Amino acid sequence: MISKEEILHVAKLANLKLQDDEVDDFVSQLGQIVEMEGNLADVDTTGVEPTYNMGDTNTVFREDKGIHTQTREQMLENVPETDNNLIKVPTIVDKEDDE
Amino acid sequence: MDYMKETIDSLHKKLADKELTSEELTNQTLDNINAKQKDLNTFITVNDKAVEAAKKVDEDGIKGPLSGIPIAIKDNIVTNGIKTTAASKILYNFMPVYSATVMEKLEAAGAIDAGKTNLDEFAMGSSTETSYYKTSVNPWDFSRVPGGSSGGSAAAVAAGEVVAALGTDTGGSIRQPSAFNGIFGIKPTYGRVSRWGVIAFASSLDQVGVMSKRVEDSATVLATIAGHDDHDSTSSNEPVPDYRANLNKDMTGVKIAVPKEFWHEGTHPDVVESTKKALDAYKKMGATVEEVSLPTLKHAVEVYYVLASSEASSNLQRYDGVRYGYRAKDVKNINDLFVNSRSEGFGDEVKRRIMLGTFALSAGAYDAYFKKAAQVRTMFIEELSAVLDKYDLIMGPSTTSPAFKIGEKVDDPLAMYMNDILTIPANLAGLPAASVPAGLAEGLPVGLQIIGKPFAEQAVLNAAYALQEENKFYEKIPTALKGED
Repeated sequence: MISKEEILHVAKLANLKLQDDEVDDFVSQLGQIVEMEGNLADVDTTGVEPTYNMGDTNTVFREDKGIHTQTREQMLENVPETDNNLIKVPTIVDKEDDE
Repeated sequence: MDYMKETIDSLHKKLADKELTSEELTNQTLDNINAKQKDLNTFITVNDKAVEAAKKVDEDGIKGPLSGIPIAIKDNIVTNGIKTTAASKILYNFMPVYSATVMEKLEAAGAIDAGKTNLDEFAMGSSTETSYYKTSVNPWDFSRVPGGSSGGSAAAVAAGEVVAALGTDTGGSIRQPSAFNGIFGIKPTYGRVSRWGVIAFASSLDQVGVMSKRVEDSATVLATIAGHDDHDSTSSNEPVPDYRANLNKDMTGVKIAVPKEFWHEGTHPDVVESTKKALDAYKKMGATVEEVSLPTLKHAVEVYYVLASSEASSNLQRYDGVRYGYRAKDVKNINDLFVNSRSEGFGDEVKRRIMLGTFALSAGAYDAYFKKAAQVRTMFIEELSAVLDKYDLIMGPSTTSPAFKIGEKVDDPLAMYMNDILTIPANLAGLPAASVPAGLAEGLPVGLQIIGKPFAEQAVLNAAYALQEENKFYEKIPTALKGED
C-alpha cells in the first residue's frame, strides 16, 4: 500500500506535478507494483553484499590533457533560450524573497 | 530494395563488384521504408542525409563488409545532426552535436544511417506503445505489437526495410522484440559495447546490441561496434574476436543448462513446444541438455523494477528544460520551469518509473527496496555464475507468449512488467544473451533465448547459427506482408 500523501511527497522529490486523476492512478498502480516489489522481504539477505555497479570497477588513470570536443556555439545549439551566448532562464530568486 | 533475401555478404559482393552503388542501394532502401511507414510505423526519423553519405562512400570506394550498407538505428542512440528523441516529447527538438561511439564506429566502417527507429519512451516498455510519436506494428499481424522497447528496429528488420539494426537492451529490449518479429537479436556482455552517446535508462543494465534476420549479419555488426572506448569507463578492454569469421555451427560436446524456472507458469503451450523442439535439435547435433534450478529467479522482476526504476529516476533528472529539449511556457520561476517542463514533457510510463525509483531511493524505503534489491541481485548473479561454471550456455524461451495485441496490456503495468521475466536475468548479471527464431505459435514467431558466459558472445552466436541453419526460419515471409507484393 502506498498513500496519497506518499505519492504527493515522492512527486515533489521527483520534480513532477501530477493532475488529480494521475494521483489516483498512481496510488493504485504504484501500490500494486510496490506490493510486488515487497516480496523481496521474503529473501534472507543477511551478510550479502549489494551489487550497485557492473563491469570493471578498477579506477582508470589517464594523462591530464585537454581535448577539443564541442565548441561553445555547438553546446548552446539546443538551448531553448539564450542571451549573449549564455543560457537564459526565468527568475531564480523570487522578488518577495529579496525584500 | 527489399532485404528479405539479402545478407550483408550478398550486398557487399554486389557493391564491391559494382553491380550496385551505395547511392542506388540507399535510395531504394529509403523508398521502401517510406512506402511501408504508413503500415508499420517503424521509424521516427528517416535520414534525409543518407543518400549524401552513400555518395561519399561510393566516391571513396567500397572497403569493408559494411561499407555502403544502410543500417537502422534505435532513436535513443545520438546521431550528430540527425534528430534524436528517445521517443519522448521532452526531446522533440533535440539535435545532437556529436555521435555515439557506436555510430562513429559504424560510420568509420562505411555503414549508412538509414534513420532512427521507434521505441518505447526512453526504452521503458515492451510494445512501443509508450512512444510519444507512434506505435509500431508487428509485420506478422498488424493488430499486434512488435514488442519493445526496440520494436521499431525489430519490425524494420523483419519487414525487410534494412538488413540490420541497432537496438538497446536493459531488461530484454532487444531479445523480446526479436522473438516477437521472428528475427535474431543479441545483447552483448555488459561492457562489450560503449554506451557513450546512448541515452541512459539504467546504467548498470543498459547495453547496445544488434538485430538482423541472419546470425552472420549481427556477428559482422557486433564486431564493428564492440570494444573499449575512452569515453565509457565501463567499456571493457577484452579483445574483440572476428565473430563473423569464427562462426561455427558445431555443437558437439556443448553443455546446455535449462533452468526449470524458465518454464514459467502460463507459458503458451506452442512456445513450450517450439523451445523443446529446439533443445531436441541441439541434442541431435551432439550437445547435452540438462535441467538446472535458479531458485532466486522468482524475484528477478522485483529486483529489476526496483533497480532499473531507481537508476532511471536518477538518470532522468537531467531533463529540466534548461539546456536542451522541451521547455514549458509561461513559468514564473526556475522551479516551475523544472517541474512544468518535466510534467508536460514525460509520458505516463516514464513518470511511473521515475516515481517508483524516487520512492525506492527515498529515506525510509531505501534499505527495504533499493539496498534489498541490490543484495538479491548479488545472490542471483552468484546462482547464474555457478550454473555457468558447469555449463557453456543457458537456454529457454525468450518470452512466455508470442506478440500480444496492441492495447491489450497498456493499461496494466504489472502485466506488462511480467513480460520481462525471462529476459531480465541476463541484464541483472551482465551476461551476453540472444534470441533466435525457434518456430511459430498460432502463426506468430517464437524465440529461443541463449545466455552465455561473460564475453562468450561467440558461443552464443555459434549456437544461434546452428539452430538457424537447422530451421532456416529466415526464409519465412511475415504473414501480414504476404498480401502486399
